[in-house]
Amino acid sequence: MSEANQASLSLQALRSGDRAEYARLVENYYQPIYRLALKMLGNPQDAEDILQETFIKVFKHINTFDERSSLSTWIYRIATNEALMFLRKKHPEFVSIDQPAENEESEQEPIQVVDWCCLPENELMSNEAKTHLDQAITSLLPGLRAVFVLRDIQGLSTRETAEVLGISEMAVKTRLSRARLRLREILSEYFGEWLNERKSSL
Amino acid sequence: MSHERCRDLLGSLSDYVDGDLEETICHEIEQHLADCENCRVVVDTLRKTISLYREEALQTKAPEDVHQRLYKRLHLDDFLTQ
Repeated sequence: MSEANQASLSLQALRSGDRAEYARLVENYYQPIYRLALKMLGNPQDAEDILQETFIKVFKHINTFDERSSLSTWIYRIATNEALMFLRKKHPEFVSIDQPAENEESEQEPIQVVDWCCLPENELMSNEAKTHLDQAITSLLPGLRAVFVLRDIQGLSTRETAEVLGISEMAVKTRLSRARLRLREILSEYFGEWLNERKSSL
Repeated sequence: MSHERCRDLLGSLSDYVDGDLEETICHEIEQHLADCENCRVVVDTLRKTISLYREEALQTKAPEDVHQRLYKRLHLDDFLTQ
């Protein structure tokens, strides 16, 4: 949570409704919260809605923040819940939206074994490839997506991620493993095709 | 990746790339990787997948108009510095 300099924020000032302190809180957190929402939802307009709703809730409920977690974890929890609720409304077909079955046999999925690491960096990070990276995240079940976004995109620790989501550290690790393997699979298919195209054009 | 041993290891690879496994298990995985090219590719591409997402995340910024609309919505626009 390097971007968020929470140490300098005064909880007392926030609780007493100090607007300047609210502004400092927003300045510290709006970038990571926007990124979280954008990666969870895959759509800038939806991400902006979640960003605004998150801070409205933070201000509304700051007096109920009990300091059992850090302020930063609490804000991430509100933002993640907003994003998950949004997905639940949009995709009611996801019954177990935030509790993917741990015993599902998805780790037995076919494995793409193509070494695409050698592709040049400008191709791996081209605009087209980045769009594909984002689409791949939104293909994950929301419960896996949340863990991946918090751990690998936002850089939270396993423990912080577990606190944000209210699940065990073991569940974080299991879900992270499934999310990463799934994404590796999708990217391998995608970049594998690029490699084949390059080979056939030589 | 049809080998049974490879499938057994699949669930540990995420912890492995995080350096989150006990030394003995790491050693087991490394021994297997030395003999199994397919698993080496899976580990390398898994690491690359994670690093691409991390790199892309650093480039993802909220546009300035989103920043301004947020402050307006929160009635904090008098604190906008830009």
